[in-house]
Formats: sequence, structure tokens, C-alpha cells
Amino acid sequence: MVIERIEAQLPGAILEHHAFRGDETIIVAGARFLEVVDLIFGEGYQLLLDVTAVDLETPEYRFEVVYHWLNLASQARLRIKVPLAEGAAQPSLVSRFKSADWAEREVYDLFGIPFEGHPNLTRLLMWEDFPGHPLRKDFPLDGGDLFCSQDIGASFAPEARSLNA
Amino acid sequence: METTAKNSDRMIVNMGPSHPVTHGTLHIVLELEGEIIVKATPNIGYLHRGVEKLGEHLTYQQFIPLTDRLNYCSSLMNNVGYTMAVEKLLDIQDPPRSRVLRVLCSELARIGDHLVCIGINAVDIGAFTAFLYLFRERETIYDLFEMMAGQRLHSSFTRIGGLFRDIPPEFEPLCGQFLESCPRTVDEMESLLTHNPIWADRTKGVGSIAPDNAVNWGYTGPCLRAAGVPQDLRKAQPYLDYETYAFDIPVGTTGDVYDRYLVRTEEIRQSLRIIRQCLDRLKQLGPGPVIIEDYKIALPPKEKVYTRMESLIHHFKLIMHGIEMPVGEVYSATEAANGELGFYLVSHGGKSPYRIHVRPPCYPIFSSFDEQVRGRIIADAVSVLGGMNIIAGELDR
Repeated sequence: MVIERIEAQLPGAILEHHAFRGDETIIVAGARFLEVVDLIFGEGYQLLLDVTAVDLETPEYRFEVVYHWLNLASQARLRIKVPLAEGAAQPSLVSRFKSADWAEREVYDLFGIPFEGHPNLTRLLMWEDFPGHPLRKDFPLDGGDLFCSQDIGASFAPEARSLNA
Repeated sequence: METTAKNSDRMIVNMGPSHPVTHGTLHIVLELEGEIIVKATPNIGYLHRGVEKLGEHLTYQQFIPLTDRLNYCSSLMNNVGYTMAVEKLLDIQDPPRSRVLRVLCSELARIGDHLVCIGINAVDIGAFTAFLYLFRERETIYDLFEMMAGQRLHSSFTRIGGLFRDIPPEFEPLCGQFLESCPRTVDEMESLLTHNPIWADRTKGVGSIAPDNAVNWGYTGPCLRAAGVPQDLRKAQPYLDYETYAFDIPVGTTGDVYDRYLVRTEEIRQSLRIIRQCLDRLKQLGPGPVIIEDYKIALPPKEKVYTRMESLIHHFKLIMHGIEMPVGEVYSATEAANGELGFYLVSHGGKSPYRIHVRPPCYPIFSSFDEQVRGRIIADAVSVLGGMNIIAGELDR
């Protein structure tokens, strides 16, 4: 098991792990993240499928950056989650995985999480002067009143409007 | 976007956002020296609809129509991929007949997607005839979808725990006809393209990629297999009982546009094989339920809702309060026509997902566009773009 090998070689790097519905998940401290990535790369987890984030709105750390890896030789999947405080930067993986390039730009664009060491960290899906980061939980579903107002960003609806409320 | 020094001799050419070869609204900024591409900057997001944000405010069932609009060339496969993710979260399995029908419609959708991809790729390069031949078959596939789901393009055919309905009796004869005519059309297409020297000149060696580089870029699906990596989730991590069907995985050698074309062509033939087995199995299985009978997850049948108190309550509870979801997170991946289509669901309980993320297969593939066309001519950019099968709907979400 890769989790035991990480624990043996990098003691203390894994804060927590679980396997809900068979999805192996480890939660890694931000400071040890690159060491863990180096280790699992050597273990064969070389296809970085996806990078995304979750806005948890918890007081101690707001975001969780979520990575999905696939080991092509053993067909095992691994999910790594890194807790991150608001405003903190996450180390970029572009130098090792080219697929991280756009994935990290998307997370930066939609969550406002900066990636340290990314060669071209610009918005990808939204336009350059778009105010705010749409996938944050405090961003309203209707986007505020972007097109009708002069003072862009100031007139956001106070609460997100729910389709099912 | 990086910009070049103003006094350089480079010419900037905008391909798109509304250009005949960028099917969907894609924008690529090409920097040229003569006709050689020095730099290509894809500029995406024109079709961004905030699907993931919307998903956080909709119930699990209500998200299904949004999945139609991801890869609109094979919407049924997106429906199947999404409902399988929710079923994984709920830890339930749909009835056997529904599983066979899901395989059947996925493979039909795969053929449809590949036909469009090859046809469009050929049309962009100038081979208009093959496109017309292929679209005749695609029309039959859409007729079949209409019979199944009542819709041609935006099918929304699956439900959590099964399917919207069973196929009608007219489905099988038409599907049988399709199984006869489609191989002929694929042969015709091959006689038009495979040994056509112009097609070979335009596609061979264009966009070739080494296997380890393709993995590093996050390639999946036909583009990865064309590069020589035999990765197909239907074989590697079987779902929907794919391990019990007989089919082969075609693998290319160079990963260029020609190999991608050959891989897709062979996949069409293999999908036809699977469909034949599906029809046999449906006959063996006989009539049966296509959705689970757990009324806390799937709606009870209408006649029960109108006649029985309990069913009416179940119906009301499901519509108003949604399914009771366990707390947890799952990532579920299926082999869509373009590659690995993943859905990452985070549930904190409640009727809507806390976070829903789509991993579209063509997104990492398209991110390698600059590397694929750098140092080549504009005409090669057109054939590479076609060979990647970029679908703006799933690219931008």
C-alpha cells in the first residue's frame, strides 16, 4: 500500500487518511506536499488527472486543494488533499506535471488560490478583469449585478440566491 | 497572455472565437513567422456557463440535464458517467437490464462522437465527402436516441438508480439495420481516407507525441491510446460489467493525427461488436425493471402515485427534499469518447452536492496545443485541432 510506504518514509506527512467507497484519500500538510508528490511519482502515480479545490468555509483553514492521481501500471487511484488558509499559496506542480498548468490556472481563476512557481498564473475561464472568484461559497449564484452597474463588484447580492429556496 | 515585443516581425493571427474550424467557440492566438507557428495561445472560456456553481444549488437529479451540455456530441455517455458517480456515493447498483442498456447507449454515443470527430477532421482538411457519408450514420444514431430518450441531442436519459424508461419495441429493428449499414459506411470512409495520399500527407507525423509525454500532459482516451498507451477504463477498471463483453482496445504507435484517426475508426468497429452483444443480452434478460424500486432514491411509477398514499408521499418527499445523501466524497470515472470523464462529488448531506467538479477529457489534451503545433504551419494546427476532438461545452463547462 502506498499510504504505508509514505508513512514509513515521510513520517508525519500524512495528517489523516480514509477510503470512503474505496477512494484512497490522504490529507497532507502543505509544507510536506512536494516531498509526498516526489515519493508517489516514484511509486508510479504519474498521471495527474485533475486539480481542483473545495471552499470549506472553516475558520482554521478555508480551502482544500484536491489532487487526483492515477497509477497506470497498477490502475490504483490516489486522492491527495491539502488544507490551505485563505490568502496562502500552494506550491505549483507544473515543473513535474504539465497537466497541472491549466488545472492550477482554473483553480486560481475560480477560487483565487495562488500557486507558487506557476509560470503563467492568469485567469483561464473568466475574463481578466472579472471581479471575484465564482466558485467561492460567498460569491452569489447570479454573479451579482455585473453588467448593469457602474461600480462593479460593490453591488453583489448580499446572499447567494438559491434555485431551490 | 504573454505578448510579443511590438517591433518584432511576427504576425498575430486570431483563429476563432468564431471560425469554421473551431467547432464551438474557441479562440487561439497564433504568432507566426512567415507561415511557421512560433507560439499558439489558446484562450478558452467563451462557453463557460458555471456548471459547477449551478450544481451546488441544484439537487442531484436536477444536475443530469446539465451533463447533456458538457460533451453535446455524446450526451448519453455524460448522463451515464454522472449517475454512476451519484450511485457510487449512495453505494447502490442499478438493475441488470438498465446496466445493459447503459452500455448500449454509451457505445452508440461513442460511435456518434467518433463519427463526428473523424468527419469534422476530414472536412477541415478539405475531404468533404467522408463527412457526408458519416453523418448519414450519425442521423440513425440520433433517431435511436430519440426512440430511447425522446430527445436527439440533450437526452437526459439516465436517472439515479437506473434509466428514465425502457427502449420501445421499434428500437431493435432500427438498431439491427444500423449494425448492418454502419460497418459498410466505415469501410466506405476508410476507402476514402485511409489510403488517400492527401489525407496521409496532412495527418501523418502531425501532432505526434511520445507516450510518457502524453501521460505527463494528462492525455486519456483515443489520443493517449494513439500514442501507444493501452489505457481504456472499460478494460482497466471495468464498470457496468464491461469485463463480460468481448472487445479489443486499438493502440497506435506515434500518436499523430493519422493514428488518432485509425484508433477512432477501430473503436467504432469494436463498439459495434459490443452493441451486438448488448442486443443479445437484452433478448436473454427479457423484460424487467430499468430503475431500482427504492422510492427513497427513485420516483415511484406514476400510476402508484395517483392511487396510493405512500407512493404519493414518496414522490412529494423526493421532489421537495431530494435524496438523503451520505456525507462523503467520491471520484467516479468512465471512459467517454474523448477519454476519462470524471465526476468529483463532495456531499455534506442535504439535497444538493457541496461541491461538484467535472474532469473533462479534452481539457488537459487541449492544454498541450501549443507544444503540438509549435514550429509547424497553420494548416497543421487545423488538423491537430480536429484530431484532438475539442468539444467547447465540456472544455469550458
